[in-house]
This record gives sequence, C-alpha cells and structure tokens, in this order.
Amino acid sequence: MVTGGERPPAVEVLSAEKVFSNGTRGLAPINLSIADGEFLTLIGPSGCGKSTLLKLIANLIEPSDGRLLWWRGNFSQVGQEGRRFAFVFQEPTLMPWARVEANVRLPLELSNVTKTKAAPLVAEALEQVGLSAFTRHFPRQLSGGMKMRVSIARALVTKPNLLLMDEPFGALDEFTRNKLDADLIRLWWEGKLTTVFVTHSIYEAVFLSTRIIVMAANPGRIFRTMTIGEPQPRGEGFRDSPKFAAYCRELSTWLAKASLPSASAGVS
Amino acid sequence: MKPLLQSEAFVRIAAPLGVGIALFVLWEVGFRLASVPVYLFPKPSDIFTSFVNNGPSLFRALLVTLRVTLQAFAAAVIIGTLVAFMFVQSRAIEISLFPYAVLLQVTPVVAIAPLVIILVKNTQLSLTICATLVALFPIISNTTLGLRSVDPGLANYFRMNRASRFKTLVKLRIPGALPYFFGGLRISSGLALIGAVVAEFVAGTGGRSSGLAYEILDAGFTLDIPRMFAALFLITLTGVVLFAAMVVLSRLALSNWHESEIRTET
Repeated sequence: MVTGGERPPAVEVLSAEKVFSNGTRGLAPINLSIADGEFLTLIGPSGCGKSTLLKLIANLIEPSDGRLLWWRGNFSQVGQEGRRFAFVFQEPTLMPWARVEANVRLPLELSNVTKTKAAPLVAEALEQVGLSAFTRHFPRQLSGGMKMRVSIARALVTKPNLLLMDEPFGALDEFTRNKLDADLIRLWWEGKLTTVFVTHSIYEAVFLSTRIIVMAANPGRIFRTMTIGEPQPRGEGFRDSPKFAAYCRELSTWLAKASLPSASAGVS
Repeated sequence: MKPLLQSEAFVRIAAPLGVGIALFVLWEVGFRLASVPVYLFPKPSDIFTSFVNNGPSLFRALLVTLRVTLQAFAAAVIIGTLVAFMFVQSRAIEISLFPYAVLLQVTPVVAIAPLVIILVKNTQLSLTICATLVALFPIISNTTLGLRSVDPGLANYFRMNRASRFKTLVKLRIPGALPYFFGGLRISSGLALIGAVVAEFVAGTGGRSSGLAYEILDAGFTLDIPRMFAALFLITLTGVVLFAAMVVLSRLALSNWHESEIRTET
C-alpha cells in the first residue's frame, strides 16, 4: 500500500558501477529500483559501497558505467516541482555563526528565495522537527540531537520528494537516536517522502524501513534484499514486538554472511 | 551582590593595576632614597611634571603619530584583505605573489624607510607607506588562512546546492574567516604603531609635523630624559588602547559563536 505501483519509481539504478581513479572497484554493476514513497535502507560491512551507492543516487559522483534515472528522467530535471531531493549528512554541518532559523533558511537562500517567502517555510520545517522554540539559538547552544534536528529541518524546508540520509544518527546516543527515528518515520509518513537511508544499526534499519538492502564488500554489491512488511506508521510498540526481534535476528544473520570473506570471494 | 574580590571582571582589572601602582611607588621611593639624578633616570613624579609642562607639544605629537598609525592600519586592512581575496580566488596568483609578501615582511622597515622617504616627497605619506608595509603581512596571511579554512562538510553542502562562487564567498568563506581576520587585526594594529614610530625615527622630521618618535629624539639631544619617558609612555598607551579596541571589536563580532570569545559559565 505504500509502494503505489501506478507512480513511477523515484530512482532507478541501471547497471551502474563505480571504479575509483586508483583502480579500486567500489561498486559492481547494480540494478535497483526505488519505488515512490519507499523507505529503503542500505546496510552492510564497511567498504561495501553503501555510501558510494548513496552518492550515486545523489549525483554527487558519476557512475563509471551504467546509468541512473530520477523520476524516469535524467538529473538535469531534478530540482523541479515534485522532483526535489535533500541530503542529510552524518554530521549536522551547520554554520556556527548563524542562528537556527538562518541555518534552516540556507538552501532557500541559495536558490534565491526571498526572506519573506522563506519565513513561513522555515517556521513550518522547524515545527516539524519540534524546534519552534529555538529559532534564535546558535548551534553551539544545542545538544547533538537538536543539531541533527536542525539539519533535518534544513533538508525538509525545500519540501523534497526524495530524502537521502547518510548515517545521520550514527554519532548520537541510543536514546536520542530512537527518538529521532520515531520522528523520522512520522515525517516520512506524513510527507510521503521517498527515503534512502544508510546505517550501521540493525535495530534502526528494521524499525524504519519498508525494504532493507544488505550489501557485501570487494566489490560492493547487493547481497540480499529484505522486505519489512509491518503496517505504517510504526509506533514505539513495534520495537517490543516478537516480530521486531525476529526481523532483527534475520537481518543479523544476513549481515554476518555478507561480512564473511567467502561472501566476497564468491562473486569476484 | 557578590563581594568585589570574587568578581572576575574586577580582579582582571584590579590585579594588574595593583602591580603597576606598587611598581610606581617602589620606583618613586627607591629612586628618591638613592637620589638618582634626573638626567640619568627620572622618577615617576619627574615624568608627570614633564607631562604637565610639555602637555600641548606632546599631545600634538601624539596626534601626528596616531594619524600615521591609523592611516597605515586602515590601508593595511584594505590592501591585505583584497590581496587575501585574490589569493583565495586563484592558486596561481597566490603561488606567484606569496613569496613577495614574505619578502616585504622579512625586510626590516628601518632598511626600506630611507628609500621610501627619498622617493616620496610628502613626509606624512612616506611615513604611512612605511607603517603600512609593516602592518600588511599579518592581515594577508591570517585572512588567507581563514578564507581557506572552510568546514569541508559545509563546503560540500554549498556545492550540492549549486551555490554560486559569490554566494559561497559571502555566506561561507567570509563568516568562517572572521576569527582569523580579527586575530590578524590584533597583531597588525600594534605593528602599524611600531612601523609609524620607526619610520619617524628614520625620517627624523621636526617642525609642526613631528610625531612622538621625534619628541624622543629631541628629548635625547637636549638630555630632557623625563620628556623622553613621557613620550614613551604615550606610545605604549596608544598601543594598549589600539589592542584593547581590537579585542572589543572581535568580541562584538564573534561572541555569539566562536570558541575564542565564548565565556564558559562555571
């Protein structure tokens, strides 16, 4: 029900591979279709190319071979209404000299939106992440979790259709991470955002995703796909359910297999 | 209300002030007891008397030196910042020109001053040029460093959002460079004063446009040692005031966000 078949996929990766300039094969040819409204998580041992794949999807790097399509078109039309994407990094990457509201306004300013037009959008984005009371604060006055929320608000302010997140909560404590995960799943559900999420955490992957891609290294490739068919939006109750534990156990098994040296030798 | 001694601000001012007063008292009493002659080393009271007697001429000299210092400082800030912007825009420009900036810095101003004074007819202007040469380098090097020290994550973010070169400069590079720039200002303000005084020494200009350095030279010729000290104190005081002004400026600009100006609550 989430992945409505009638709408075109948000992203299609068509035999895209990546060989770095030093000759390292970062990614073997990958085929992947990311449906509109999907919450897709990339997980795998280090060096499996999950960040590389995310960067390909963000068009931060170009594939060595193969190609990608965004909403059935090429990258030049990304940014138009209904085809926007936003990227959230592992670090909040806020401007320390600017107040929270100015930090959130930045992407609008960079695309020449006037301050008056930006104001309601900024207020809305801050409201969505629960920081309405902190608009006049400076980043240094906020906790790590709050800084990450500002970073997410900065991503939401452009009203993206596709949200790309590279281990956004990796540096936070577990309690804060769980809270932000719960907020993220609400934002995803309410905003009908297609999300591609990179993480190291099994629990986070199972809690958030509609589909999990387990990747293996040498060269980076898709090892296994897992669908988490739990109803949405998921509440905190899901974490305590036996189903959650079963999914985590299954994912953990696949991850262990993907990390074995033989898993690498098998394909190359 | 907190007792005064526990107030950080009070102690910060009172402690060094106390040391200064104690030194002056020791100096005055010690030199009186040892009856050191005035023409060898004056007592604080002699210097104060000289201040009062030579007030107008000292004050006029101070204004002359201050004018050269401030002109040179302003010129150094403007030229230094422009050069730094040029360096950051193109690596080729920086590589070709940076050695010459270093060359300017390492050549002692005493050595160039006679040449500048001969080449430039207007004395005021030649003095300003000498002082500018001394004050320029810290602005160039600090501002260049600051403009280059961009947070890589933020730089990446700007690139991803297809920010123009100009917007990246205004929104990212310049704010990020401010702490370095203010560090440069602090060093440069003091150097502008030193440059002005040294150039005055070399020029040795008397008459109506004589600065504090000439007052010192002239006092030396006439063995008026208290006046020499009085002029010296004025130079030191000017340096301290300039430095303090830069500290205040930097605090005003950075207190909201930069580590160097944030006071941690204990």
